[in-house]
Amino acid sequence: MSPITMAKALNDGLRKSLEDDPKVIIMGEDVGKLGGVFRVTDGLQKDFGEARVFDTPLAESGIIGTAVGLAIRGYRPVCEIQFDGFVYPGFDQIVSQVAKMHNRSNGFLKMPITIRIPFGGGIGAVEHHSESPEAYFAHTAGLKVVSCSNPSDAYWMIQQSISSDDPVIFFEPKRRYWAKGEVAEDPPPLHHARVVRPGRDVTVVAYGPMVTTALEAAGVDDAPDIEVIDLRSISPIDTATVVASVERTGRLVIVHEAAVSHGVGAELAARVQEKAFYSLEAPVLRVGGFDTPYPASRLEEEWLPNVDRILDAVDRTLEY
Amino acid sequence: MSVPLAVTPEPDMVQLLTPEGVRVEHPDYSLDISDDEIKSLYRDLVLTRRIDTEAIALQRQGELGLWASCLGQEGAQVGAGRALRHQDMSFPTYREHGVAWCQGVDPLTLLGLFRGTNLGGWDPGENNFNLYTIVIGAQTLHAAGYAMGVVRDGAVGTGDPNRDTAVLAFFGDGASSQGDVNESFVWAAADNLPIVYFCQNNQWAISAPVTTQSRVPIFHRASGFGFPGVRIDGNDVLASLAVTRKALDAARNGLGPTLIEAFTYRMNPHTTSDDPTRYRVGSEAETWKLKDPIERVRAYLAREAGVQHEFFDALEQESEQLAEHVRAGCRALPDPEPLSVFDHVHVELTDELREQRDAYAAYLDSFEEATA
Repeated sequence: MSPITMAKALNDGLRKSLEDDPKVIIMGEDVGKLGGVFRVTDGLQKDFGEARVFDTPLAESGIIGTAVGLAIRGYRPVCEIQFDGFVYPGFDQIVSQVAKMHNRSNGFLKMPITIRIPFGGGIGAVEHHSESPEAYFAHTAGLKVVSCSNPSDAYWMIQQSISSDDPVIFFEPKRRYWAKGEVAEDPPPLHHARVVRPGRDVTVVAYGPMVTTALEAAGVDDAPDIEVIDLRSISPIDTATVVASVERTGRLVIVHEAAVSHGVGAELAARVQEKAFYSLEAPVLRVGGFDTPYPASRLEEEWLPNVDRILDAVDRTLEY
Repeated sequence: MSVPLAVTPEPDMVQLLTPEGVRVEHPDYSLDISDDEIKSLYRDLVLTRRIDTEAIALQRQGELGLWASCLGQEGAQVGAGRALRHQDMSFPTYREHGVAWCQGVDPLTLLGLFRGTNLGGWDPGENNFNLYTIVIGAQTLHAAGYAMGVVRDGAVGTGDPNRDTAVLAFFGDGASSQGDVNESFVWAAADNLPIVYFCQNNQWAISAPVTTQSRVPIFHRASGFGFPGVRIDGNDVLASLAVTRKALDAARNGLGPTLIEAFTYRMNPHTTSDDPTRYRVGSEAETWKLKDPIERVRAYLAREAGVQHEFFDALEQESEQLAEHVRAGCRALPDPEPLSVFDHVHVELTDELREQRDAYAAYLDSFEEATA
């Protein structure tokens, strides 16, 4: 199989889900004729019809709220939120309704809803188009939160998310939409982390767009021998895979685009110190965005973690 | 600076039974109904009020943490509830105890939420009555989504009365300001959804009068979205039944949404925690008492329909039995087990939540060991 882009892999995965289950529907802004602003749903309306792939009115709470009703009626909605920074009008429906409905109904209702959100920066966009809001959702009981980093995971994880009976917030690293890769034959389970590059000196954990950056850092000449883990699932977190790695390396650096404070890295750091305290040779370090609003795009290369900032953290943890 | 208000004069509302208990005709909403059927509506009204009265008493006794009374709104609710067909779906707020009753929901089912033994916890599919929704207006979007599913299932406009399905979405005058409600209107209009919006304008959103929410009568909002709106006497069960029935028929037949504004009054505080003496005058409730939704039906039955006292006596007996069922049943609602907090968070329990649950179980066990 020849390499395909992540956008195409997602498109293929969505197509497969639509083929496999007549209850799967795709809804959102501009997902129909246009095929989505990133063309992830390209051609799906043409092939599956306007009842199954359709443009909604322009209101995010409405997209999520009607998905709840469709789920109650027995459908399996896949909602596209056009950009990360536009999810907040739908926030109430996600955290108060989607996340809690199974619990509030004592298990009688299920919310098999997948909410796709292109996220992260690095594409020179205007404001509200480059954010990383995953921690809000990871902090909400009842939701599962994942992020793919490569075309193979994109293809498989979107299908696994759609077939999950739990609601899944599916973060797509928009700056990697055009990166190519081969799709594997057999996918790992949805909520498993994966060691993507073995190493002995330091463990670097990343997810979504930062996996590529972490791998680039590990590939730099003279860099220490870095083990890179793609977390893949942000909630639940596959803590065991990370702990097993830290028990070998003794050092951990966590990388994400989101601001460091109160972020996913903080949670993972807490877990690792709890479960691998005696294996740690140095404090866990985090590399992420600053605790500022996402900056104007001419500044984003300063704001976003990059190879040098990752290697700087790696060096500091080795010097400790 | 004073703002000139474009206040429309209060419009006529559909009324089929006057507060004095006299049936009147309406050119658009005739209601072919027998006196036996009106007796059965009366029964639902009386028993709804009894459930409400008992629940308030249970709250006062400390058996419920809170209760949102529907006193004064029974006519609107019973009329709307009885207009539903078995295949229709309803989406309530947290005050539709009368609709729940009409849908066959055991009143004890409603009490868990207010007693604190669960978060609702009933099966919405059992009586086509969804969970109470406390985040104001959120359920109207769920109703629109459900209606989208109905359309996709081909259950609209087939002409088969047992297949064609409508959705009934409840909300209040306060909710009419919520984005979700307005978005739901947009969806319903854009897709011509088989949905009826039933707004009980009870004049008060806790302490805020309806003028805080709207400069125009709420049913006028519908025209801006492109579907019909109608105001009914919300204390007239016959008007509520007739107008809701017609709107639901239109929805099932593929004619799209309708907004019904039931003009009524919240006779009690917002909830048992509220103190309306701080924001409204008592004479207001006195005026509305004269428009009571139950008294007018009783007056009609006794005076116009010649219903004898045996019927009312028997209903009183039934009401007593229901009250006892509510009282005893409420006290018997079991407290949830500590570990049940971990149930139904996900369909597929995560390893990390299982770990938390097991750790908490071990913690609890440690006390048992200590006292053993």
